[in-house]
Amino acid sequence: MYKIAKENLSALFQKIAETRELYLPVKTAGQTNFGAWNADAEVDLDTLKTVKSAKDAFFPQSESLYNVKKEGKKMSIEPETLKEQDFVVFGMRACDVKGMEVLDNVFLSDPVDTFYAARRDHGTIVAMACHEPEETCFCKVFGVDAASPASDVAVWTVGEELYWKAQTEKGEALTEAVKELLTEAELSGEAAVEAEKDSIHKIVEKLPYRNLSLEGWNGDALSEKFDSPIWEELYKPCLACGTCTFVCPTCQCYDIKDYTAGDTVSRYRCWDSCMYSDFTMMAHGNNRTSQMQRFRQRFMHKLVYYPANNNGMYSCVGCGRCVEKCPQALNIVKVIKAFQNQGGEK
Amino acid sequence: MQELINRAKELLADGTVARVLGWKAGDLPYNPEPAYFESPEELKDFVYNGFCGANLSKYMIEASRLEGKTMVCLKPCDTYSFNQLIKEHRVDREKAYIVGVGCKGKLDIERIRKQGIKGIESIKGAEITDDADTLTIQTIYGEKTCAYADAMLERCHVCKGKEHMIFDEQIGESKETKDAERFAEVERIEAMSPEEKFAYFQSELSKCIRCNACRNACPACSCRKCVFDSNKFDSSQKANVDSFEEKMFHIIRAFHVAGRCTDCGECSRVCPQGIPLHLFNRKFIKDIDELYGEYQAGADTDSTAPLTDYTFEDAEPSIVGKRG
Repeated sequence: MYKIAKENLSALFQKIAETRELYLPVKTAGQTNFGAWNADAEVDLDTLKTVKSAKDAFFPQSESLYNVKKEGKKMSIEPETLKEQDFVVFGMRACDVKGMEVLDNVFLSDPVDTFYAARRDHGTIVAMACHEPEETCFCKVFGVDAASPASDVAVWTVGEELYWKAQTEKGEALTEAVKELLTEAELSGEAAVEAEKDSIHKIVEKLPYRNLSLEGWNGDALSEKFDSPIWEELYKPCLACGTCTFVCPTCQCYDIKDYTAGDTVSRYRCWDSCMYSDFTMMAHGNNRTSQMQRFRQRFMHKLVYYPANNNGMYSCVGCGRCVEKCPQALNIVKVIKAFQNQGGEK
Repeated sequence: MQELINRAKELLADGTVARVLGWKAGDLPYNPEPAYFESPEELKDFVYNGFCGANLSKYMIEASRLEGKTMVCLKPCDTYSFNQLIKEHRVDREKAYIVGVGCKGKLDIERIRKQGIKGIESIKGAEITDDADTLTIQTIYGEKTCAYADAMLERCHVCKGKEHMIFDEQIGESKETKDAERFAEVERIEAMSPEEKFAYFQSELSKCIRCNACRNACPACSCRKCVFDSNKFDSSQKANVDSFEEKMFHIIRAFHVAGRCTDCGECSRVCPQGIPLHLFNRKFIKDIDELYGEYQAGADTDSTAPLTDYTFEDAEPSIVGKRG
C-alpha cells in the first residue's frame, strides 16, 4: 500500500494526464459530474455522489457510430474509430464499480459491443472508499462494500492523506507510472485504513435503508410481480421524465438515430429511457402503450429480468441517485417497499 | 394538516369528490410524493409539509378525464397554473374541487445538501404548523441547523403572494416569504456583454442531461405529443449534445411557453443538474411587461393574453433591433 498527501493530488493528476486521459469529479456551474481533467478544473472529491454516474466514461450518453457522406452519386461511409488511448477514471465509488460489472454482463457478452469493449480495455478505475455514506445509500443491500471498492486501484482518505492500493494488473501499471509521487505506507497507515473501513461499516449499519429486503425479487417471480395491481398505484405520480435512468450507473438501454444534415448523415447512439414514449418503438408500433407499463419495465428489468439472465445478479447497485433526483420523489426503494408492505397486509 | 385530512374525509364521504389529489408521506424526512387517495383509510398516509413543493395542477389534466370530481390541494402559486390550464381548455373546472392550501414557503432538499448537511435522519421545523425560522436536522453525523429561508426554493424568495387565484375553499394560513426582487437575476444577466451571456448560458445548459424533467413537470408544456418526441424528425433531439441543448431545446421551449408561463418554478425545482431554467421564462415575462404592460399569466381565466391579442399599440418587430 502507498500513500500521497492530499496537497500533492494536483501533481498526481498532472502526472497521470501526461500519459493518459484523466476523468474525475469536476464541479461546473455548481454541480459535480465526471469530466476531463485540466489544470483549471475544479476537482471535487468531497461530494459523495456525482449527479450522473461515471458510466459516461465507458458508455457515453451520446456517441457517433459512423458518418455517411454523399458526393454526387457516390456515398462513403466512415466508421468511428474505437478508443485507442489509455485513460483513468479517478474517484468512482464502490457502487459505481459494481455498476460496471452490470454493464459488462450486457456489453461484453456475445455479441460484444466493440465500442464499449475498447473503452473497458483502455480504462483504469481508481475508486475511493465512501468516507461518509449518506441516507440515500443502500449499496450494502446489493452486496457492495462501500469501504472496499473492487476497482483497479482502491483509495482511502484518512485525514490529510490518501492511501492507495493496486488491486489488479492495470492498477499495478498505473501505480508504476505515478510511483515517484507515492510513498510506501507505514504500518500505522495500514492500521488507519483498517480503522477507516471499520468506521464506514459502522455508518452503513446506521443508514435508513440498511435492512431493505429483496426477498421475492427474482426471475421466478416474473408473472406474480408483472401482474401485480400495485403498479397501477405506483406509477401515477411519475412524470415520465428520464432522470432516474440517466443518473443511474446501470441503466444500459440505448437508441440509435440518424442526424441528417443535407449531404451527410451521422448515425449516433444515445441513452434511451424506458420512461419515454418512443422506447423500443418498432415498425409495428410500441409494445408498451401506457406509462404504467413503461414505469413497470424499469423495475422489472432491474429486479426480475436482469437477475433471471445473470445468475441472480440485480441491475441496481444501491447508489441512491434516483432516490435523490426523482422530481416527484419516486424510486426503486419505494417500489421494493410497496411490494413488501402488500405482502405483509395479506 | 389534520384539518385538510378531515375535510378530505368529509368530501369523500358525502360524495362531493371521488378522490383526493395531495401528497403521501415518503420514507425519508423530505420525500413526500404526489398521490391520489380514494378512501378515508388511504388518507392515513396524507401529508402536507414544507417538502410538498410539487405543483399538482398538471395532474389535473389527467384527473379531468376521470369519473367524478377530484379534490386537489393547490398552493397559492399552483393556482396560477390551474387558471392558465383552464384558459387553454386543458383542465375541466367542473371536475376539480380546489382546496387552496396555505403555504409558508417550500423547501429544497438540494439547498440543504449544499450546506454540507448529509446523513439526514429527521427534520424538525418543516411541518406547516411549525412556526420555526430554523430547521433542526438530525443526521448520522450530528445535529445540524439551517435557516428555513436558506432552504427555500428559489421561487419562494420571489413569491407572487399569499392569495389563491382560484379555489372552492381555503384551508391553512400562508406566510409572506418574498425577500428578493423577481427580476433582479434577469437584470444581472441583461447587463452582461453578449459574450458573457453566451458563456453563462453555455456553462449552465451544458449540464443538461436531456431528461425532459423540466418539460414534463411544466404545466404550460401540455402538448399531447411534444415535437421533440417525434421519430420523424432527424435532428439530434435525443442526444445530449451541446449544439442541441444550448442552442435549441431550452430556448425553443421558452419561446413556446412565452406568455403562458406563470413562473411557477417547477422547471428549476425538478432539474437534476440545478440549471436555473426559470430565468429564460422570467426574461420573457419581463419583456412582455415592458412591451405590453404588466401581465401575469394565470391571474384569471378569461383575459386576452398579450401575445394572442393584436392592438395598434403593439410593439413593432423593429423593437428587437433597438432593444438588442
